Amino acid sequence: MNDFVLIVISALGLASLYFILASGLSLIFGLMRVLTFAHGCFLTLSAYVAWLVVREFESASTGMLLIGVVAAIAAGGLISLVTELLVIRPLKGKELEQLLATVGISVAVVALIQGTWGPDQHLVEVPAWLRESTGILGTDIPNIRLVLIAAAVAVLIAIKVLLGRTRYGLVVRAGVENAEMVSALGIDVQRSFTVMFTIGGLLAGFGGALTAMYYRGVTPLMGDDLLIFAFIALIVGGLGSIDGAAIAAVGLALAQSLANFYIDSGAGDIVIVLLMVVTLLVRPQGLLGQKERLA
Amino acid sequence: MRLDRRNVGRLVLAAALVFAVLVPQLHLTFGVLLPGPLDSVGSMNLLAIMLVAAATAVTLDIVFGYAGLLSLGHAVYFGVGCYSVVMFTGLASLDFPMAVLLAMLTTLLLSVIGNACALNLSGFGYAMATLALVQLLAIFIERGYAGSGGEVGLTYSLGVLPDSFTGLVNTRHLYWLALGTLVVVYGLARWAVSTQAGSIWQAIRENPLRAQVLGVNVYAYRLAAAAFGSFLAGVCGIVYSIVMGGANPSIVELTYSLGLILMVVLGGRGVLWGAMLGGLLYTYLNLRLASVATATGMQDLPDVLRVPLTQPKFLLGVVFVLVILFVPGGLASAVTARWRTRRVPATAQSPEPTTQPTKRASDEGHEQPDTATGPEERVSTQP
Repeated sequence: MNDFVLIVISALGLASLYFILASGLSLIFGLMRVLTFAHGCFLTLSAYVAWLVVREFESASTGMLLIGVVAAIAAGGLISLVTELLVIRPLKGKELEQLLATVGISVAVVALIQGTWGPDQHLVEVPAWLRESTGILGTDIPNIRLVLIAAAVAVLIAIKVLLGRTRYGLVVRAGVENAEMVSALGIDVQRSFTVMFTIGGLLAGFGGALTAMYYRGVTPLMGDDLLIFAFIALIVGGLGSIDGAAIAAVGLALAQSLANFYIDSGAGDIVIVLLMVVTLLVRPQGLLGQKERLA
Repeated sequence: MRLDRRNVGRLVLAAALVFAVLVPQLHLTFGVLLPGPLDSVGSMNLLAIMLVAAATAVTLDIVFGYAGLLSLGHAVYFGVGCYSVVMFTGLASLDFPMAVLLAMLTTLLLSVIGNACALNLSGFGYAMATLALVQLLAIFIERGYAGSGGEVGLTYSLGVLPDSFTGLVNTRHLYWLALGTLVVVYGLARWAVSTQAGSIWQAIRENPLRAQVLGVNVYAYRLAAAAFGSFLAGVCGIVYSIVMGGANPSIVELTYSLGLILMVVLGGRGVLWGAMLGGLLYTYLNLRLASVATATGMQDLPDVLRVPLTQPKFLLGVVFVLVILFVPGGLASAVTARWRTRRVPATAQSPEPTTQPTKRASDEGHEQPDTATGPEERVSTQP
C-alpha cells in the first residue's frame, strides 16, 4: 500500500512536468497550428539559466530558488518571443516549414549549450526543505513532488482563467475556431500569435526551472527527453486541448510509473509509446481533440 | 548533342562518378580537410560513411520530397536493416549472404506494415505515428531486448564478413561498396520518380484532395512511395553495418531521423541530387568540423567565437533555419538559379527564376520530356 501511494504521488509529480510542457505546446498548436520541436531546447536553456543564477549564491535558500525560477521563466519567454518574431512569423501559413525551422533551432541551441557548458550534468543546489519528505497517508513523499503538483495545478488554473474569463482569452478561443474570421473582424490575430507563443515559452521556462529542481541538475538533452513525453501527452490528449493534455499527462505518468515498478524497470517507456500507438490507431484525434485538426 | 540543362547535369554527374570511382587510387592531399591523403584509411572511411548517408538521404527524399510525407521515423528502417543483418549473422549464425537476404526481406516487410499503419493518418498525424515508431525501436534497442546489444551496440563476429570487407587494407573496398550503393539507390530513385507513379506522387504532394477527386488511390500510391523509400533505407542500413563493422544504437534515435530531414531540406527537398549533396555536406561537417577547427587554430579564438564555430550541429542548425527562411528550395535551387541566370542572358531580366525557386527546383528533380522544358532552357552554349 505504501509503495502504491508513493508511486501514485510520484507519478503525479512527473505528470506535472509533462503537463507544463505539453500545455505550452497545446496552446501554440491550438491557436497557431504550429507543432514546435523547439520547446525542449527552450526548457533546457531556461534550466541552465536557473542553474547559472542559483550557483552565484553561497548557500541554498528559498529566496535564491525563487530568483532562479523567475530568471528561468524570463529566459524561456524571451527566447520564444525572439523565435516567433524572427522565424515563425516570416513563415506564417507554411506549417511544414515552421515545424522544420523549430527542428533547426532545437539542434542549434542544444549544440550551443553543449559547446558552452559541456555535455555533462551540472548539479543544482536546492534548499534543505525541498530535499525532505512529508508524511501523507503514512508514506513519506518527497516535497519536490508536492511542489511540482502544486505548480501544475496552478498552471492549469491560470490557463483556464486566461482563456475562459478574460477578453483576451475570448479572442484566442475565437482564433482557434477561425483565425481568418477574427482577423476580418478587425482584431489583431498576429499579436495574439506572438503572445501565445511567448506564453508557451514562459511555461517552458517554468518547466525548465522545475525540472532542474526535480533532477537537481541540468544536462543539454534534458528538454528534448522531456519533449518526447510532452508530445505523447499532446497526441493522446488531443492536439490543441488543454484538458486533454492534463488528463493524458496524468494517465501516461501513472501507467509509466506503475509499469516501471510492477512489471520491469524500463517497461514504463514501452507502455507509454504503446499507448500512443493505440491512440493513433483507434482514436487518431486523441481523447478530447477534434478530428479536423489532425489534417 | 545539345548542351542543354539536362545534358550538362548528366555530364557533371558522370564526371563526378568517374572521379569518385578513381578516388582510392589517388594519393592527393587536401590539408586539414581530410584525415589523411585521399587514399588513406581514414579518408576512405569518412568518404564511405558520407556516401551511405547521401544514399539514405536520397531514399528519404522519395518519401518526404516526392510523396510529401514528413517521416520522423526513417531511421527505423535504416536501423532495422543495419541491426537485423548483424543479428542474423550473430544470433542465428547464418551465412553472410543469407543474412543480407533475410535482412532485406525483414525491412521490406516492416516497410510495408509500418507505413500501412502510419498512413492511416496524414499530415501531422503521419509525422506523429512515425515518431511513435522510432521511439518504440529506440527504447527496444537501448534496453537491449532480443539481443540487440543495448547502449554498446553490436559488432560482427570474426570471420562473418567476407574477407574483402575486413582489414584496414580493404577499406577501399568499403568505399567502393558505399559508392556502388549510392549509385544504385540514386538510379532506382531516379527511375521511380520518372515513372507515372512518380508523377502521381508529386500530384498527391501538391494537392491530395484533387488527386483523390481525379480517381487516384491516394493511400495506395503513398504506401508505394513510403514503402519503396523505407526499403531502400534498409538496404543503406545493411551497407552501413558493413562499413562500420556492426550496429550502433545512435542510428535508431529520433535525432538521427531529424538529421536525415535536415540533409534533405538543406540540399533541396524534391531534388534527388540535392538530397545527395545535403547528405554529403551534413555528414562531412558533422564528422570533420571539430578536427578542421582544431587544425586551423580556431581553438585559440575567444569562447564567443570558438563555441559556435566548432559545434557542427550549431552551424548546421543555423544554416538550416536560414535556408528555410531565405532559400526555400535548398542548395539545389541556389545552384540551378545561378546556372540559369548565367546561361540565359536574354531572359535574365525576367524575375521568374528567382521568385519561384521551389517550383523550378522540383521541375529539375525529375526527368521531363523535352517538350516540357520552355524555350529559355533550350538555349545552347553560344560563344
